[in-house]
Formats: sequence, C-alpha cells, structure tokens
Amino acid sequence: MALDEQQFRQQAQDWLTENFPPSLRGGRFIMPHTQEEGSSPSADYLLWKQRMAAKGWSVPTWPSEYGGGGLSIRQAEILAEEMTRAGAFNPIGGLGIMMLGPTLLEYGNDEQKARHIPPIVRGEVEWCQGFSEPGAGSDLAALRTRCEDKGDHFLINGQKIWTSFAHVSDWCFCLVRTDTSVKQAGISFLLIDMKTPGVEARPIELINGVSHFCETFFTDVKVPKENLVGRVNQGWEIAKRLLQHERSGLSSQRNVANVEQGLPHLAREYVGTDDAGRIADADLRTRIVQHMMRQEAYGLALKHRNAEIEAGQDGTAPMSSLKNLGAGVAQELNELAVEILGHAGTGNRGPGFSNTELELTSGWLYSKCFSIYGGSHEIQNNILAKRELGLPGA
Amino acid sequence: MIVLSEEDVMLKDMANGWTADRAPVPALRALRGQLADTGFDPALYAEMAEMGWPAILIPEEFGGVGMNRVSLGLIAEELGRNLVGSPLVWSAAGAVSALTLGTNQAAKEALLPQIANGSLAAALAIDDENHHRPHTISTTAQKYESGWVLSGAKRAVPDATGVGLLVIAAQLEDTSPALFSCPVDTAGVTLTSLDRIDSRGAADIVLDNVSLGPDALLGQGQDYLDTVLDSVRAILAAEMLGGTAQAFETTVEYMKTRIQFDQPIGSFQALQHRAADMLGEIVLARAAVYGALQAIDAGDADASRQVSLAKAIAGDCFRTMAREMIQIHGGIGMTDEHDAGLYLKRAHVLDHTLGNAAFHRERYARMLDI
Repeated sequence: MALDEQQFRQQAQDWLTENFPPSLRGGRFIMPHTQEEGSSPSADYLLWKQRMAAKGWSVPTWPSEYGGGGLSIRQAEILAEEMTRAGAFNPIGGLGIMMLGPTLLEYGNDEQKARHIPPIVRGEVEWCQGFSEPGAGSDLAALRTRCEDKGDHFLINGQKIWTSFAHVSDWCFCLVRTDTSVKQAGISFLLIDMKTPGVEARPIELINGVSHFCETFFTDVKVPKENLVGRVNQGWEIAKRLLQHERSGLSSQRNVANVEQGLPHLAREYVGTDDAGRIADADLRTRIVQHMMRQEAYGLALKHRNAEIEAGQDGTAPMSSLKNLGAGVAQELNELAVEILGHAGTGNRGPGFSNTELELTSGWLYSKCFSIYGGSHEIQNNILAKRELGLPGA
Repeated sequence: MIVLSEEDVMLKDMANGWTADRAPVPALRALRGQLADTGFDPALYAEMAEMGWPAILIPEEFGGVGMNRVSLGLIAEELGRNLVGSPLVWSAAGAVSALTLGTNQAAKEALLPQIANGSLAAALAIDDENHHRPHTISTTAQKYESGWVLSGAKRAVPDATGVGLLVIAAQLEDTSPALFSCPVDTAGVTLTSLDRIDSRGAADIVLDNVSLGPDALLGQGQDYLDTVLDSVRAILAAEMLGGTAQAFETTVEYMKTRIQFDQPIGSFQALQHRAADMLGEIVLARAAVYGALQAIDAGDADASRQVSLAKAIAGDCFRTMAREMIQIHGGIGMTDEHDAGLYLKRAHVLDHTLGNAAFHRERYARMLDI
C-alpha cells in the first residue's frame, strides 16, 4: 500500500515535471469569464489545460470511461500534494466539476453522461446552478419556476436568482416545479441550454463590485424531454445529493494554505516584528496563531474524512459541520488579512493601493457570502440539529 | 491520515463497554472524599491491567503489547467519557515513554514488566510551581559517586496518591533537564495529597535531599523531556476529547427530554444551533487529537507541533462544552447531584495539566517562528 503510494507519487512528480509549464508556477485557476475584458489566457495556460484534460487529472477521481483520471481518493490527495509542491494548479474548474458531474454520474442516464461529462472534464462547457429564487432562498423547496409537460417538450416559466456566472454560462442545471400540490415531492431536475430562446440573465453587482451572480429569467422556454435528469418529481432527492457535493466542494476548496505561509508573512511585512522576531502586535499575533490552528485542524478533519471514504466507511464528520467550519475559517482568514493591512486594506481601486491589497480587500468583502451560499450557516445548523442530533422540530 | 483499523475499533468498543459497566461516573462519586487517601481504586486498575492497557506502549521484550499511541488514545478517550480516576495515563504513557525513550537499559528491564502487568503504577512529577514551565525546572539533581541527590518541590502531581513509582523532572548541573525514577517510599520524599475539584488523587511532593542510585537517571536533554511530555499530552488530549463527547451527548439527550413551554427544549432553534456549532468544534478536536496520535506513531517531524495543536484545541473545546453543559441544563446543572459540574471541574484540571491551551498556542507559534 505504502509502496504503491510511493510509486504513484513518483509517477505524478515525473508527469508534472514533463507537462507543467514552468511559466505558470504559482499561478492559479482562471474562471474563463472572470478575466479582464479583451485579455485571454496565455498559450502556456491553454497548453496546461489541454494536457490536464487529456490526462483526466482535472477530475482525478472520475471514471476514465468518461475521460476522468480514474484515481482513488488517496491518489488524488497525493496528486494534489505534488501539484502544490510543483507550484502547479488545476486549470479546469467550475460548477460542472464541483456539482453537476458527480450528480450526473449518479443519476444521469448513459446518454446524458456520454454527452455532458467529457466536455466538463475538458473544461469546454460552463455550467450554472438554477436553484435559488426570489422567494426560495434558505427555504429552497418553496421554488415556483413552472415546468409544464407539453407532450414533446417541457415549457419553463419563472425566475432564478444568485445564479453564478449565468450571463456567461453555456448550460444551467435547474430545479423546476412539476407539481404544485406538494412541496419537495413536486420538484424536477432539468438541464437547460442557456442559448434557448426566452432565457435571459442579468448580473447583480455585489458589495465588492463584482457581478457574477445573476438574476435569470425563463419566459416560455422550450426544453427537450431528454434533458430531464432522473424521473419527474425526483428533483429534490437529486438536489440534496448535489448540495452534498456542493458542501464537500466548498469545504475542500478552503483547504488552501500551507500553514507556514500566508498571514504571518503578511503580518511581518505590514505590522513588523519585535526584537525577538515575533509579530509586533501581541494581540494580533495570538489571533493569527489561533486562526492557523483552527485552519490546520480543519485540514486534518478533511483529510480524515477523505481517508474514511477511501476505506469504504461513512465519514465521521458531518458534511454540514465541515461546510460551516470551512466558511468560518476562510472568513476569519480574510478578516485578519485586512486587519493586518491597516489603511492599505481600505481601497476600492488604485492608485494608492497595490493589486494585492485591492484583491485582499475585495476578497474580504466577498468572503461574507461564504456563510450564505451553498446553504447558509443557519440552514446547515438546522440540518445538523435534525439529521445528526435527532432534535425535535418546533 | 489513517482510519481506525478493525482492531482499534474493537479496542475502543471494549473500553467503552468496560467503563460503562465497571467505572461509570458514579464510581468516581463513590471514591470522592477518599481519593485523597487511596488515590484510585486498585481493583479497577488491576482489571485494566488484565486487559493489557498499561502494557500497550511497552515493547513485547519487556512484557508489553507493543501497540501504538492511537490504541492508547482510544482507551483514554473512553475513560475520559466517564471521568475514570486511575493512574493509567501516567503509567502507560508517562513512565513508559520516559523509560523507552531513555537510555537506561537496567531500568527498562526492572520497571517495564512491572508496569506492564499493573503491579507498579507511576506518576510523572514535572511542575515545580503553579504553571507548567518545563524549560525552567527548579528541582535539582546533584551527581555524587554513590548516585544522585534530588532537592526541590513538585506541585500538584496528577494521580500521584497511591502509586509506587515517581518519575521526577530535575535540572542537572549543566542545566539540562532530566528524568529520574524514584520509588515513592524513598527517604526524603514527602507526599501531601491534595483535595482538588476533580476529585482525583493529586499530591504536592517535597524532595528533601533524596538519595537515588546511579541507575536512577532515565534520560536527559530538552528534546528527550519534550518528547516524553508530548507522548502524555497527546493521550491527555484524547481523554479530553472523550469528556467533551460525553458532555455533548448527555446535553443533547437532555434537550430531547426536558419539557418547558409544553415542548422539549431541544425544539428551540437557539439551542439547536448552539448544539450544532458545538458538534463542529468536536469535529475539529477529534481531527486534531487523532492527527497528533498518528503523527507520534509515524514519527513525523512535526509531531510536537501536532501535539500542541491537539492539546490546545481539545482543552478549549472541553472547557467550552462543559460550560455549555451547565448552561443548557440550567439550575439542575449547578447541583452537585448532576454530572455537569464534574465535567467542568475535570476540563479545568486537564487543561492545566502539562500546559494549558495558551501554553500550547505559544509553543505552536514559536515552532512556526511567528
């Protein structure tokens, strides 16, 4: 086992040495639509994307049948470690990978999997999530977007909100109401091509000035019947499964930092050190340390869960706990970062502020949504109270 | 990170069954008041020895089982659930590590088999004063031709009452720290049992020119001492994890049965969310504790940092949970009759044992040069 791991580690190292363009070292994933207007990814970025896609390592644990890497969870962890060591990153991401892919692998029919999964693996198709509505946020099952059976197609009318990147996405996975007489049991899961006539997405500007969340309107949108995932009215079950992938995706993204870097580095630069080499502000130093310890423990919790899943056990730690912990740790990180920056952490745009400073400030503002999206902290706590602790309803 | 093996899970289940049956919380209550004299229940410790628990970390050549820290940690976790009073942690992790990590072959051969079969229980005397400062030990050890002479005083040595062997930290003439083995009945050793809030058999110890043989030195050096202490700290963190888990479960059960305003108080969202948040804290503590135990077993270079992580997080977590246990139980939680107070008291004492959360945060910070 350990020997196999060692062998795989060596293979991953060799492959990365041969294939990862050194010019991208320390770079990161660029959402295809978040770049400055007019700019495009470098040739090396596109080359790296193409190589990772061909290897299937953009989604290391998905079955190779659909273009995935076919690796075990442990191998994927080793790959991630080696990529971090090499300064490499996964050039392919997005909701298709984080949420729809795993759900489709479980609930999609053969035709749907063959059609939709390979383009997701290659990062060719961008997906958005049509779940929340103006009247259905935390109470998601109250959604009202109507789906009528018109014989040879479905007809969709309604409005979604907080649809990330809807304005630049190719496809949307959507929850729609197929039965108004029941709540959860009247929801279906539909794949909608965003180019269909009647679909309109309008970006909403957030507190940090970005606008990738959209309002999405559906007006007499015709959707082919083959785009229904699972059965009619099975959507809530599928959505709950997908939300688990979302929680898991959101929490694993958070396992960012190498504990030896990050905040202490920033604090040394902006706050300075005392004669003994410690961060000069004792109170801040304590809170940085406390944060780093939580972050490290959280990273261990994720690793522990992965190891359990790998061994065929249920994870001991509930996904909802991990989502809340991950959001909390990440928000704490952002709070500390802008505190460390002082005046440098108050900028809207330059001059007077470096790009890094502006990014950290904007990131701090944006981080407030970590405990809202993917099911708010309070909704996760409701889930935990009911399902994990068996506490009675009010 | 490794998942628990089938063997580990069986061991944990066995320990759970045994503590629930033989040493539940009422057993600690029964010993209260007497603990200062008898320290622990020797019959219970003999049962633990029969199950091989003190022998877990002892190599087979010395009569031990040769299992790892994770196994001992799982047992400590279960003992922690029921606040079992015993010298197990100090014997099986403290004295055993002092011996096995040391260089004294004669002492290993003489003492390890006795610790393994439970006939010799040990305590670890580290602190000289009210705070844990293992790098400034005031107890001294002078070397003479005939052996060693120890002088000083040890403060609040945990579970020392009733044991046969003391493992004592003292400073050598070159100022490096060392650990000595000292039979408790050696001339010049005076134990004064303390009546502490956690009802366990701690004692103050005076060392008045205590003469020990040349073989009394078990090992020396800061690294040696730190490694021995870390071995115990990781097990203490596991004990705290167990206490936290039980306090949590008891509280959640109470929330399901306590009726106010014609409904179980557990139906109130304010309480549900506190419980849910607490569950997350326990997730972190468990990850940190198991991580530390495995890091020691694997000989990881950052094992001591992992131990400080575990001790600090488990310490904070247990204290917070014990406070919540009392608050959510309300008035009944303030009574001596209810167990909530026992968990709060034990959480407080354990946090202060071998360095509280603040001590370990600082240690963690220094290890990362922050």
